[in-house]
Amino acid sequence: MRIQLTVNGERHEADVEPRLLLVHLLRDVFRLTGTHIGCDTTHCGACTVLLEDRPVKSCTVFAVQADGKRLMTVEGLEQDGRLHPIQEGFVQEHGLQCGYCTPGMMMTSYAFLKRVPMPSEDDIRHAISGNLCRCTGYVNIVKAVQHAAARLQEGGA
Amino acid sequence: MVPRTSPEVGGMGHSVKRKEDARFIRGKGTYVDDIQLPGMLYLDIVRSPLAHARIKKIDASKALAIPGVLAVITGADLAKYNLHWMPTLMSDTQMVLPVEKVMYQAQEVAAVLATDRYIAADGADAVEVEYEPLPVVVDPIKALAPDAPVLRTDKKDKKDNHIWHWEWGDRAATDRAFAAADVTVKQDIYLPRIHVASIETCGCVAHFDKVADKLTVWMTTQAPHAIRTVFALVAGHVGLAEHKIRIISPDIGGGFGGKVPVYPGYVIAVAASVLTGKPVKWVEDRMENLQADSFARDYHMTCELAARKDGTLTALRIKTIADHGYADAAANPSKFPAGLFHICTGSYDFQAAHVEVDGVYTNKPPGGIAYRCSFRVTEAVHAIERMADLMAHHLGMDPAEFRLKNFVRPEQFPYRSALGWEYDSGNYAAALRKAMDRIGYAALRREQAERRERGELMGIGISSFTEIVGAGPSKHFDILGLKMFDSAEIRVHPTGKVIARFGTRSQGQGHETTYAQIIAEELGIPVADIQVEEGDTDTAPYGLGTYASRSTPVAGAAGAMAARKIRDKARKIAAYLLEAAEDDLVWEPGKFSVKGAPNRFKTIQDIAFAAYTNHPQGMEAGLEAVSYYDPPNLTYPFGSYICVVDIDKGTGQVKVRRFVAVDDCGNIINPMIVEGQIHGGLTMGLAPALYEEIAYDENGNIQGGSFMDYLLPTAVETPRWETDKTTTPSPHHPLGAKGVGESATVGAPAAIANAVVDALWHLGVRHVDIPITPAKVWALLREKGVSE
Repeated sequence: MRIQLTVNGERHEADVEPRLLLVHLLRDVFRLTGTHIGCDTTHCGACTVLLEDRPVKSCTVFAVQADGKRLMTVEGLEQDGRLHPIQEGFVQEHGLQCGYCTPGMMMTSYAFLKRVPMPSEDDIRHAISGNLCRCTGYVNIVKAVQHAAARLQEGGA
Repeated sequence: MVPRTSPEVGGMGHSVKRKEDARFIRGKGTYVDDIQLPGMLYLDIVRSPLAHARIKKIDASKALAIPGVLAVITGADLAKYNLHWMPTLMSDTQMVLPVEKVMYQAQEVAAVLATDRYIAADGADAVEVEYEPLPVVVDPIKALAPDAPVLRTDKKDKKDNHIWHWEWGDRAATDRAFAAADVTVKQDIYLPRIHVASIETCGCVAHFDKVADKLTVWMTTQAPHAIRTVFALVAGHVGLAEHKIRIISPDIGGGFGGKVPVYPGYVIAVAASVLTGKPVKWVEDRMENLQADSFARDYHMTCELAARKDGTLTALRIKTIADHGYADAAANPSKFPAGLFHICTGSYDFQAAHVEVDGVYTNKPPGGIAYRCSFRVTEAVHAIERMADLMAHHLGMDPAEFRLKNFVRPEQFPYRSALGWEYDSGNYAAALRKAMDRIGYAALRREQAERRERGELMGIGISSFTEIVGAGPSKHFDILGLKMFDSAEIRVHPTGKVIARFGTRSQGQGHETTYAQIIAEELGIPVADIQVEEGDTDTAPYGLGTYASRSTPVAGAAGAMAARKIRDKARKIAAYLLEAAEDDLVWEPGKFSVKGAPNRFKTIQDIAFAAYTNHPQGMEAGLEAVSYYDPPNLTYPFGSYICVVDIDKGTGQVKVRRFVAVDDCGNIINPMIVEGQIHGGLTMGLAPALYEEIAYDENGNIQGGSFMDYLLPTAVETPRWETDKTTTPSPHHPLGAKGVGESATVGAPAAIANAVVDALWHLGVRHVDIPITPAKVWALLREKGVSE
């Protein structure tokens, strides 16, 4: 099937099998490998991307379901050479170690902060509970999201 | 410790932001599955639905009829090259692909090679295998019964399922101490099978270039150099020589020990690439990862403690049945079959101790050890810390007072333990007292008494662990005879910029930053001017890899030693440039100056340039050095953790209210990274304590084989960890550092289990095996007549 979609503001077209998963379209066809795969059961969230601004786990979305839609991946966070505050937050607060869950974690946080700009710690912990991290113990991820929230309040992006 | 270098230089003690983050936050890391080569083929694996069965027939015809399926590889195909079995690190053997029978559910049965990953999966589904079921042995204690079916029929003359017996310590002295004891306590403790579940699974891209006659394998491995040697030794007979093998360990999405072993998928992918001359990718999915890869623990321990009535500990005895699955494939490079289990006297001064361990075969996947712990230390810590609490409660003593009374005292270091280890340094009481102050221990005990009056269940648990890391001294360790040194090679270029390569491989620990800080500390060259590389066997010096918290203790030491060689040469060049005697030069980070004339100096950058342009006659040009560091001893990090739990009587749910962790890992290189390691380690201690277990039913069917039922803690369950530290440098490490990656994983589970038992002690509960699930606690409460 021929599909067309926008990824990080760029138009893409592809001819795909109906069963192709969105995560494989992004990674194997478009070569946007920042979106990772960590499980087969929609639990780990390493593959989280934004579909029409809403976080989805792209391992359980078919590529054809994104036809005609707008996608954003980790590669779309940095704009004109400027890091997004969520990216800065992860660096400043040591919110990542191996980096594998990080793109999904950042995409979930990005969408969450659009919805809840001034979250409590508890809000953040629930918001990222669909994304598993095996390295950090989450404490510094929470701080990274708080860092980003504060920066965004100041008008950082 | 006050840093000796400026923040711009960024030596030890500075929380330098990580160099590796720049690529990871942009989604520009390169993990194995990100690698895509032209003409690459994909491998998928057919796995056994049965835990023990004879393979009667493998019919590949339907799979081969699928367009795009190129081959179906079976054990019979590999047998032609004698590659159907491979050796394990423990001098046992395991199958790559079976020719006769399967030994556990999810074992590899055949592999499908195809042009696309979806077609490979279709092919795997289409392979038809006919099995004849055999009796399944799941319980290692039943496996030792005389009438148990013998599993390893491949081994000639093997008449039972017993792998080895190992014992250590003074049995007679221990028996005497128990006979003379005022008080003894005994407890069966089971540490269940768990899995590291790094978020990236395992995989590789194997590329055999027929023209160059060279095999390159991008591989999720924590030990690329050792893997290359293993490949050369195992496949030398089919023409793979060590210099024609290049192992590249690219960015690794978490390892925790699960990426040390050689899994069959790697070997099949390599074989497929060598046979086809095309790149072959194999990446396992999560269920394959959980069901077939190396596990940890599975230790059935019977523990006994002896003490005087004043609470002085005298002796320890532990007997263990170790379930290894169908092969002993533990990634254990120590010379002891049970790893470092004999660290089990822990932080306490015993007169005598004796341990026995028996390894047993069952119909489960092989492995053992891998879960962020250096070779059975978690088992040891859990045993001694649970038993310490049991004895304290039994004597009616406060568990903190009991520990303080029995700790090895600071003046006893270096301390030789009852089981023969020489502890390098420690101050156990200081760490425990700090943790007690930080959490407000006395007030918590008062609160607990009040709540108990009201019928509420609150518990306080302590774990005062001693770690043993930094494998290792060659007297205790080797991998296939390779001594367990590690290495660093530092090259200072003419403009004073550095490329440094190490024999280890970071999987998230931040080596690119930490190692740069070590070099910055020793040479005064800013961290920003130092590029650290690891993981490519064609470029990095030979090393044994990253696991067992060994990178800082071993490769970090090698980095410091190599830098010091460079500084020695720099001193000679500086003396020449300054026309001064070497002895008249004073070093401070970044420059040599003339004693008494501080304005006469040469910076390390001046010296680097001179090393290539204006060095003394008779001296070789250049400024570089290599060091291979064989540590004189292991390092012994330690700490005290205190945990407060509240238990819901209605649901049995345990909630960790607070958790204070005081760690001592010697001198710290990057405090930010160390704290991050402790946060992560604590979470991997919480996980098995409350959530994670891989169990099997009586037919060998795995329970916990996907993230549906193998529960990794999320941000909601994970407490807000509170950390603190004491600093007791290692006397034998060049930087006084000890390593920290695994301390918290090792120490935390016992603190949580102790807190739960502490909450339930007055009801008559003496022990709960982990994971302490709501169902388990609920059943216990009902048994004790407690209801909401």
